[in-house]
Amino acid sequence: MKRYFDYYTSMMKLSVLEQWQYPVANYFYMIGMIAEPVIYMVVWSAVANQQGGMVGGYTPGTFAAYYIVWTLVRQMNIAFTPYGWEWRIREGRLSTTLLRPIHPLHEDVAFFAGWKVVMIILWIPLAFALSLIFKPELNPTLLEGMVFFVAIWMAYLIRTITLSLLGMVTFWTTRVSALFELYFAAELILSGRLVPLSLMPTWVQELAWFFPFRWAFGYPIEVLVGQMSMNELFIGLGMQLAWILFGGIVVNLIWKVAIRRFSAVGG
Amino acid sequence: MNGLRLAFNYLRIGIMNEFQYRANLYIQILQTFIALGTGLIGLNLVFSQTSELGGWNRTELLAVMGVFIMMGGIIRAAIQPNMERLMEEIRQGLLDFALTKPADAQLLISIREFRLWQLVDVITGLVVLGVALSQMNWLIGVWSVLAFFSALVMGAVMIYCFWLIVTSTAFWFVRVHEIANLFEGLYAAGRWPVGIYPTWLRMALTFIIPVAFAVTVPAEALTGRLSLQTWLGALALTITLFIASRALLKFGLKSYSGASA
Repeated sequence: MKRYFDYYTSMMKLSVLEQWQYPVANYFYMIGMIAEPVIYMVVWSAVANQQGGMVGGYTPGTFAAYYIVWTLVRQMNIAFTPYGWEWRIREGRLSTTLLRPIHPLHEDVAFFAGWKVVMIILWIPLAFALSLIFKPELNPTLLEGMVFFVAIWMAYLIRTITLSLLGMVTFWTTRVSALFELYFAAELILSGRLVPLSLMPTWVQELAWFFPFRWAFGYPIEVLVGQMSMNELFIGLGMQLAWILFGGIVVNLIWKVAIRRFSAVGG
Repeated sequence: MNGLRLAFNYLRIGIMNEFQYRANLYIQILQTFIALGTGLIGLNLVFSQTSELGGWNRTELLAVMGVFIMMGGIIRAAIQPNMERLMEEIRQGLLDFALTKPADAQLLISIREFRLWQLVDVITGLVVLGVALSQMNWLIGVWSVLAFFSALVMGAVMIYCFWLIVTSTAFWFVRVHEIANLFEGLYAAGRWPVGIYPTWLRMALTFIIPVAFAVTVPAEALTGRLSLQTWLGALALTITLFIASRALLKFGLKSYSGASA
């Protein structure tokens, strides 16, 4: 246990030091991402205003809150991409990491977790600016704040697991971009990234319950913005935990089979 | 005349290059369909809650989406690849090979790349536009067609000038890739008519990044909202941007030393 703890702390420290060297690049990257929620926010605020100030339970103020919290959750959702897996397997880069006496997935998890620390610090002034412009209505309780803090890190783990599973398909075939595109489209619609799920038709909301997407994206936002009952808060955490356990087991099983197929020259 | 022949030859080479990778066509078709699908879902969600948005109804916004997809295809087929190549060549000092050729530097750097398969987007955009227009029971008037095509050409030229200005900054600042990233994010704002955005954002989308002129104005021409003033304003801005971007490129070329090629 201590071995892992030491590995994680030093890997995260390394990643923080590395990413802190490029604040400008990280900022541009972030600002590029902010265009997307701002567009959704403006469109839905316009719709809400046209409908007398409320649509699907959201007012322009709560839409603003939803999409500003969205920007943080989006940052937390960044993990090693399946395109990275494709590159890693195609070019034989995995060889080096396989030589180390620790499971290669730990490196991904720790590195991106460290990067998150830098991104959260950079995110704060941006969120402040967005709040001044769009005036969100956000009054979370202390409990909601605490659940949110846990939920965003669990969301990060869920997305790491799903993206790794998707990336591991590359062990069998390298023609995967079509599959990745379909995955990202499904995620966009079922996660609450395009619109809060309460605006979707009921059957889509019910469908979204069974996919990991909403637990990695929409749920943490709703914890802070929506009016969730105590029950719903903890059911959500339970679902997140269930996905992490289930996903973790599946990743491990597939990894064991997949790694036997891996062959690389050099790397 | 010489310039046209040169552009035609580069176009031919670009097309021949693309034909080497025919599987990319299928991937492009899939990508276009996914983008179209998510776009239509977004539109349907909005119009399941309201019957008009910022004075535009559903079919009119479908027309805006058609123009958006089409213009996106034009940008990714002919403008963006050339500018990304220029950016890379400035950074690596490879631009010498283009500058030593006996043709106008701006012409040459603007015509070297062409991504044929991106035209899938242009065709899809036209189909969406056609569907929208047929739902509008639209009577084809010569003037609105002329206004539409002239607005489209001016919009494309403005986007080209914007890209050229941004790319030219690579002569002084090396890291400009993030700006390309930023453009793609902001271009997505063109999916909706710029009138719905708050004033500061509308100004930015009109004068800094001319998304308004590239998408909203052509769509206005087709839906009979375009005034002569706007059209003349677009013309003036196109000319200004063209002169400014050309001057900036020339100025940048003077400070280019390309020691490594």
